[in-house]
Amino acid sequence: MELICPAGTPAALKAAVAAGADAVYCGFRDETNARNFPGLNFSRDELRAGIEHAHRGGVRVLVAVNTFPRAGAIEVWHRAVDDAVAAGADALILADLGLLAYAANRHPGQRLHVSVQAAAANPDAIGFYVEAFGVRRVVLPRVLSVPEIAAIVREIDCETEVFVFGGLCVMAEGRCSLSSYATGQSPNMQGVCSPAGHVRYEERDGRMLSRLGRFTINAFGPGEAAGYPTLCKGRFATDLGTGYLFEDPVSLDAASLLPALRDAGVTALKIEGRQRSRAYTERVVGGFRDALAALAAGREIDTAALADLTEGQATTAGAYRKTWR
Amino acid sequence: MQLTLGPVLYNWQPDDWRDFHFRIADEAEVDTVVLGETVCSKRAPFFAEHLPAVAERLSAAGKRVLLGSAILISLPRERRQAAELAESGAFMVEANDLTCLRYLQGKPHAVGPFVNVYNEATAAWLAERGARRLSLPPELPMASIRTIAGTLPAVTVEVFAFGRVPLAISARCYHARLHGLAKDNCRFVCENDPDGLPVRTLDGDGFLAVNGVQTLSHTCADLLGEAVALAGAGVAALRLSPQRCDMVAVARVFRDVLDGRCDAAEGHRALARLYPDVPFANGFVHGTAGAGMVA
Repeated sequence: MELICPAGTPAALKAAVAAGADAVYCGFRDETNARNFPGLNFSRDELRAGIEHAHRGGVRVLVAVNTFPRAGAIEVWHRAVDDAVAAGADALILADLGLLAYAANRHPGQRLHVSVQAAAANPDAIGFYVEAFGVRRVVLPRVLSVPEIAAIVREIDCETEVFVFGGLCVMAEGRCSLSSYATGQSPNMQGVCSPAGHVRYEERDGRMLSRLGRFTINAFGPGEAAGYPTLCKGRFATDLGTGYLFEDPVSLDAASLLPALRDAGVTALKIEGRQRSRAYTERVVGGFRDALAALAAGREIDTAALADLTEGQATTAGAYRKTWR
Repeated sequence: MQLTLGPVLYNWQPDDWRDFHFRIADEAEVDTVVLGETVCSKRAPFFAEHLPAVAERLSAAGKRVLLGSAILISLPRERRQAAELAESGAFMVEANDLTCLRYLQGKPHAVGPFVNVYNEATAAWLAERGARRLSLPPELPMASIRTIAGTLPAVTVEVFAFGRVPLAISARCYHARLHGLAKDNCRFVCENDPDGLPVRTLDGDGFLAVNGVQTLSHTCADLLGEAVALAGAGVAALRLSPQRCDMVAVARVFRDVLDGRCDAAEGHRALARLYPDVPFANGFVHGTAGAGMVA
């Protein structure tokens, strides 16, 4: 299985290449990609240089242009597609139907991948993208169990890529407006979720509140670390009780499922985290490189070593285990 | 401007569901009604027996009936249902996911608010493949709505104008999770909350509403104040999403404002009487936080 690694910056790209990535994925420094965070991503020149560097090391570069173009400003997204192709991208990761149509028509022969943001969750939806645009790979949404993934792989005519490590969306990606409900900015439109500009920490009655827009997302007692208020990982109240209603503040770690994912016929494993540091990228890529080597050699995977990389955060295998639902 | 009654998103008792639609057929001034279970395929069998009678009564009353497909389709059973829906042919299908579109290519169909149509190129691409109606995603701002509707005058462009706004869909059932149940053995606890299960912040502010695998806004959309501007932008229909209130009267308020029989402010007050205790919001269409109400 290929190892697909995040590159939020040129430095992270170099680190991922050095640590043994088969491919890295990245985006331009603007609203055309779903990690549009301050200080992150690539200028046109940086992307060209990054692709040259990666190719020298035999590593492919996948460029995400995976937000949904704003009506009346589609040319911004068209330019991102054209510039990524011109820079030598090995594949484009796209979500919008109109943009997929543009890329398929304008750049025939360019390898296209369906972004997780497109939420292609079954063989019919995936087949639709294959037939309409000739896509070569689909990044599967994080709503499927491993047996479901195996069944999908058997039925479709393109490769599959699945997330195995890092941040975990609880909702179907590309179909969530929770962030824009609270802040006016969404993953689909602006490429951000629970954006930092709308976050405030506020002390009240001895507790630290984390707030997003005008909503309290969590409250922490003395001695409790005040986490970032990602909306779907907050604590809320209902008549049935108070707590982490949607999901605990966990991250995804599917390392223990690597043999099952291989047996399911998955082509590529993806590590989330373009917003993470170069050092983190290096450690996680290295850890998964070791895990894949162990898998290939029939040795047991050291899942504990990978768990250390979550920096003390609790982890889950998410929807890959059916009981998560 | 036409009015569309969206599909009931909640798990209503089958008889309530039938009687609600019978009354809509007999009394509501809506042009189009969307039927079908779009949220959770486990619920569909319960009211399936009533569906033919409801569709017939609505058709006989001169309403256009659309059948909505499921929002999130992953099980083989759900795929079969989507394929059967697309091939049934009796009524136009409103596709809420691309699964259905595969089978609808070339046939006239509607595209629901859960398909990501954010711009004119995607809208045009769908229209070329047979989309006659586009119900746009609720988070779209006015500028995007205007551009899309202006580009496609032949397509009926619709905007979500009343009801709790669907914000997210998940593989996980939050009703089951809250009740300490597994999704596969959920005992249909979502039926206890026919208007959604209220979710508050730790400060006690209303925030969201849970409906099984779906998460909606706590606030209720109210685009009465924008209705005239939306019509001017080329929007041809407003969607009213059923809540547990007098939807016949809600439709009448919208009709009255659209036809100039009362102004938007008077309409707001009427809606507040019909659906009390839930604040109204219009932030999305103004390009700000969806929870907000821009005066």
